[in-house]
Amino acid sequence: MATIIIGGGVVGLSIAYGLLKAGKEVIVLDGDDNDFRASRGNFGLIWVQGKGAEAPHYAKWSRGSSALWGDFAADLLRQTGVDVAYSQVGGVDYFTDEKELEKRVQSYTSLRDNLEGDYPFDVLDHKGMEERVPEIGKKVVGGIYSPMDGHVNPLYLLRALSIAVLKAGGKINTGVKVVDIKAEDYDFTAILTDGTEVMGDGLVIAAGLGSVELGRKLGFKVPIRPQQGQILITEKLPYFLRYPSGTIRQVNEGGVQIGASSAEVGLDDDEDMVTSAGLAQHAIEIFPHLEKAKLVRSWAALRIMSPDGLPIYQRSPKVSGACFVTCHSGITLAASHARLIPDWILERNTAPDLSQYSEDRFDV
Amino acid sequence: MFKTFDKNNTDYYLKFEFDGKSIKAKAGMSVAAALLAEGIIDLRQTPVSGSIRGPFCMMGACYDCLVLVDDVSVQACTTPVRDGLVVSRVPIVTVDE
Amino acid sequence: MQYDFDIIIIGAGPAGMSAAIMADKNGASVCLLDEQPSAGGQIYRNVTNVTEQGAKILGSDYLEGRTLVESLNNSQVIHRSGVTVWKVGKKGNVAFSDQGLAERLQGRHIIIANGATERAVPIPGWTLSGVLTVGAGQILMKTGSIVPSNSVLIGSGPLLYLVASQMLAAGSPPKAIVETQTLENLLKALPHFGKALRSWKQLLKGIKLILALKLARVPRYKAATEISIQGEDNVKSVKFRASGIDHQIDTNVVLLHQGVVPNTQITRSLSLEHRYDMAQRCFHPVTDDFGQSSHSLFTISGDGSGIGGAKVAAISGKISALNALFCIGKISKSDRNQVVAPLQKTRRSELSIRPFLDAAYPPPNSILLPHDDTIICRCEEVTAGDIRRYAALGCKGPNQTKSFGRSGMGPCQGRFCGLTVTEILASETGATQDAVGSYRIRSPLKPISLKELASLNDSKEHSS
Repeated sequence: MATIIIGGGVVGLSIAYGLLKAGKEVIVLDGDDNDFRASRGNFGLIWVQGKGAEAPHYAKWSRGSSALWGDFAADLLRQTGVDVAYSQVGGVDYFTDEKELEKRVQSYTSLRDNLEGDYPFDVLDHKGMEERVPEIGKKVVGGIYSPMDGHVNPLYLLRALSIAVLKAGGKINTGVKVVDIKAEDYDFTAILTDGTEVMGDGLVIAAGLGSVELGRKLGFKVPIRPQQGQILITEKLPYFLRYPSGTIRQVNEGGVQIGASSAEVGLDDDEDMVTSAGLAQHAIEIFPHLEKAKLVRSWAALRIMSPDGLPIYQRSPKVSGACFVTCHSGITLAASHARLIPDWILERNTAPDLSQYSEDRFDV
Repeated sequence: MFKTFDKNNTDYYLKFEFDGKSIKAKAGMSVAAALLAEGIIDLRQTPVSGSIRGPFCMMGACYDCLVLVDDVSVQACTTPVRDGLVVSRVPIVTVDE
Repeated sequence: MQYDFDIIIIGAGPAGMSAAIMADKNGASVCLLDEQPSAGGQIYRNVTNVTEQGAKILGSDYLEGRTLVESLNNSQVIHRSGVTVWKVGKKGNVAFSDQGLAERLQGRHIIIANGATERAVPIPGWTLSGVLTVGAGQILMKTGSIVPSNSVLIGSGPLLYLVASQMLAAGSPPKAIVETQTLENLLKALPHFGKALRSWKQLLKGIKLILALKLARVPRYKAATEISIQGEDNVKSVKFRASGIDHQIDTNVVLLHQGVVPNTQITRSLSLEHRYDMAQRCFHPVTDDFGQSSHSLFTISGDGSGIGGAKVAAISGKISALNALFCIGKISKSDRNQVVAPLQKTRRSELSIRPFLDAAYPPPNSILLPHDDTIICRCEEVTAGDIRRYAALGCKGPNQTKSFGRSGMGPCQGRFCGLTVTEILASETGATQDAVGSYRIRSPLKPISLKELASLNDSKEHSS
């Protein structure tokens, strides 16, 4: 019998791949070409620095996934022939405000203390930044470099995961919508719009913003909300930017990607020009020569945000064998989702302890 | 390859530069048209495979006629020629595939 | 909300100009935005500056554009030429760049009159330098007074003959015309011929063009198949099969044409409703008889709403202006309907030739569903075979194939690959073109520099 995975984005497919490697059959049910799809609209970062400032377990979880990523990428290349353009030379965050920089350094220092020193980062002044990235603008007062960070081409990752899942014998049904689920312990029937029934002995809901209705039927709280992020990408430019940052990176294809904003606008993924202009201004402050670069596309996508911004890994309180997974760092966590989460889903004793990520933490 | 069919004494000709070469053009022409008139059909190389491209649609839709003016990539077919305009080829960008 | 203009019109071709003139005449404040340095769009491109000899070569139909331009210049319309519109917002706001500076305008109603583009003609070798569209060839005559020597024209449609005869008049006829139209196409078009006779003047013009080419002995190869363009970097020759014989014609310039299709970039970016037309093999925005789109603030006019040619576009412009005037409350519904009725009648009459033309000159299957090796996305060099592979991986729509393979991510933003991707996916998945859909189009509608974009936040507001 198969595990049904609702949601064919990077979270669903990473888990699918991991389950297949763990010997489980898998059937992925994925939505429409025009669905919101955070997996298609994200920044492509494998980002560790700064995460879990108030939650050391999350900092550890992110760090752990980042450490598994190299192997994960190599595995995908072997299995599918797709090079996901994984690069982990470290990442840099740029600051144009001294106070902001100081605040962040403090935050990282206490993180480092919480993790017993296992949290490498360097604080750089303008000169130090210039040495690493000569094109830096005068307004940049300094930055923080961390070797833990990297980036990947998230679209190639999606494609590689699709191929990997299919090659490993998994099924992916695209363009379908699950309208109802009949659930008993380890016995699930997902009903599609056309009445087709898909049966399995396990269920994972990883459908991003589409998880709400179905999730609540199975007893999950699904306390998620959309948060809009806007991204710009320029024409392909001669390569200059080695280190990705949380807001600017040069993708393997050559374009410079700039982001990302945060707006609470509900289920609206329309880009707006005032935000775009602000992002452009930010990019020019960091790299003045980019003012001449042509913007080829801007887009907005919806992050899936939990109340504290941390992932949710939850087993259903109503039936056994059903899980709900959500996060807004699906790229960073893809490696752990493929390597470590399947054991948790299959309730094996090698499973990681994810109790701190349960929905119960949201009870006041 | 291309010939002018309209020679008039009242035409105003100007000179612009393309990759260091001085080119005579009639006022009102686009840079793309002027280059084609000069027999220059190779404008750039694609980032993906390095294939040679030149003007294709002449109406600002295909972006194959990109050239560099003042360090900005512009479409040669929507850029009118001006006396003293300095145009060069866009630097080759290689895509890491 | 503060409004800069009653009506903002995008595109100064025959539809945009007519709309602007009509709206202005009825007391609305109008701003006409266009990319070209002078009004005319593509069909009347450069009509005010063309030389005497150019005028003779290009013909009287072309010169008719002058009247419209003159009326426009005599009106109160604010015509912003040489600007690049890069965003049209759902609230009736428009952002554009003028000489490197971004500006924002707010209108009560927007008329989209951005015309048509050439259908892509993905055949082997179509990306070689030296290959242009037939439309491009005509633009070169209109704006540069230049014409290719010994070129080969490939494709189908009335524009092929028009441009070939213009080239002939310019003293440089094509070396050959390689046509994809088959006898079967003509036979299928026959049932529409009766209706087409209402436009007998146009039919006559077409026949005259073909006769002129015949008299000049311009070689025409009919029902050609297996067409490919040969060359390393530049065009060296064209190969094809016609009448059972394999041909190879040496040439340095090839002009392609398979009809024109509505330019739907703006309408798509607004998520307006579109429908696929099986007779014309393209999408157009859904509009009522007044050009009203699926969103109250937008009226669509001219070839951008459906291919009809310059005369139809001019009539359509008037109709759309009247609709816009009604929408902003300047005229009543009954007034609008009354004035529009005779215009709609004339438009119907002018359109009577279309079903015949659509059936007689359809794009062949080899263009709609190219061979695996053929590049279909010029910018990112994605092949038809790539798209088929992504369909096999489960991609059901163009946006998924875009994210898997980058088709549509280049600077042309899907203008030349969009339709082909939809056709291939429809064929591979068995879904209709409507179900398959099209690329999500986002701003900027045309690439703009980061500096231009950043300048938006310091932009001046215009007041009417």
